[in-house]
Amino acid sequence: MSRALQHPSADQIGAIKAFVFFLCMLPAAQLILGWRADSLGANPVETITHATGAWTLRLLLITLAVTPLRRYTGLHWLVRLRRMLGLFAFAYGMAHFGIYLWLDHFFDWQAIANDILKRPYITVGFAALMLMVPLALTSNAAAIKRMGGRRWQALHRSVYAIAVFGVLHYWWLVKADILQPLIYSAVLAVLLGLRAWWRELERRRQLAAPPPVAPSLKGKVIRIVPK
Amino acid sequence: MLIKRPADIPASEITPRDLFDDRRRFLQQAGASLIAGAALWHGVPDNARAAATRLSPLASSPFSTTESQTAYKSVTTYNNFYEFGTDKEDPARNADKMAVRPWTVRVEGLAGKPRTFDIDDLLKLAPLEERIYRLRCVEAWSMVVPWVGFPLSALLKQVDPLGSAKYVEFVTHYDASIMTRRQILNWPYTEGLRLDEAMHPLTILAVGLYGEVLPNQNGAPVRLVVPWKYGFKSAKSIVAIRLHEKQPATAWNQSAPQEYGFYSNVNPEVDHPRWSQASERRIGELRKRPTLMFNGYAEQVASLYQGMDLRKHY
Ligand code: HEM
Repeated sequence: MSRALQHPSADQIGAIKAFVFFLCMLPAAQLILGWRADSLGANPVETITHATGAWTLRLLLITLAVTPLRRYTGLHWLVRLRRMLGLFAFAYGMAHFGIYLWLDHFFDWQAIANDILKRPYITVGFAALMLMVPLALTSNAAAIKRMGGRRWQALHRSVYAIAVFGVLHYWWLVKADILQPLIYSAVLAVLLGLRAWWRELERRRQLAAPPPVAPSLKGKVIRIVPK
Repeated sequence: MLIKRPADIPASEITPRDLFDDRRRFLQQAGASLIAGAALWHGVPDNARAAATRLSPLASSPFSTTESQTAYKSVTTYNNFYEFGTDKEDPARNADKMAVRPWTVRVEGLAGKPRTFDIDDLLKLAPLEERIYRLRCVEAWSMVVPWVGFPLSALLKQVDPLGSAKYVEFVTHYDASIMTRRQILNWPYTEGLRLDEAMHPLTILAVGLYGEVLPNQNGAPVRLVVPWKYGFKSAKSIVAIRLHEKQPATAWNQSAPQEYGFYSNVNPEVDHPRWSQASERRIGELRKRPTLMFNGYAEQVASLYQGMDLRKHY
């Protein structure tokens, strides 16, 4: 692999980011232009609901793929795209929810509350989106600094639950054709499975390594009970 | 039933729509079926319009609604016909592969005179009528479709149902070489009605829409239309109709019995377990509208269900 690919310059990173931003905007642009041109099919509201939902989930999974990709390719700069990908997932999720509030329920809050409480697929979708809010709000350097890396990381681990809820939402909403949720589940299973596997490897490594005892204390009696 | 024959052109013939976009598909279809169906058609396709697919004369029907009709393009590109794919636009893309001639429909089971009908005989069985019906899908969208067809009762009477016949089963075409092989539902897709529902004057076998031969994706060459029930009851591309004493199994009921019952009457008060059935989006409209009991056909059909608990028999 070339050096430039391994270690892009700041300018190159900037260009890559701009390009990824552009790519992430494409589905939205397509929907907006399609809406205006009336080319979203016979039921444009459904088209938009499905497209925004699907892109929320895809972007979440792409976000979760960053760490494995980085680990297996050695392209450490990939992590610098992760925040943008996660924020785009959130933006599509909000658009998805917004369309539902507006064009499915016309802001009938009573009916919306009922729906969220009564229909499991809406309940998990809503839970997933609500769990994304704190992650979006803390996706900036200031928040990491304020919270400290450890707490920030602990909070952001909820992304695993969000992805599981997102896939569950999909399982619960399909009528008979389970192919799509099956595919998303398989991808998510690989992404989560890798993490479980890495943990296991780490556990084994720690077990195999000599206990972390300072050599100078070896063989010495350490009195831990007062005389 | 009174059948009147209007002398003038049916409204559908002058309804503006996006026919030109679909010209190519029409021409293909017309070409494929020209050999067998020539008697029905007036003229041959010219290069401006596929006039060969026109069905006439058409009687109008007192059951027709005057509500504005869903655009032809929507009716023919937004379909649930899972054998050809589960995206709404898949059937319009894939159903061309189905050959709708030659085609026969076996009418069998508890019948005094069971018989296999050639599709072209079936088309001459009764005067063709235009029936402009609301169609309400279980997915909470709806359309207004000007079907062309004739009452199913006209066909059933021909085979003399026995006194023991209480139910009618509809078996649809399945051909693994042109349709999905994935077992999304039990293939062939089957549906069923009670005999009195099947004999009801609203229940028709449709062979066309918008005054023309049914496009394949809409269930050519012959499909059921039961306007007071959710759309999936209206089986497409029928190959057999069977009279039974016992209630037959139906595809969606087998797939998810707690969600799709045998009756599947449109009912705004009984929600699908996963979504509300209280309102619907009419295709082409942004706002939703309230769903009507029996899809607005309560006056004609409510008596069929007297004394039944429609929450239990959903
Ligand atoms: C308040 C939160 C949410 C609500 C109310 C909601 C609602 C909906 C609705 C009504 C549909 C269409 C169902 C149908 O047509 O039968 C849908 C589809 C979908 N939603 Fe959501 N959703 C929410 C959050 C999410 C989130 C957070 C994700 C992703 C992680 C997501 C992913 C999807 C997917 C993948 C689809 C299916 C798309 C397709 O069929 O191609 N949703 N959602």
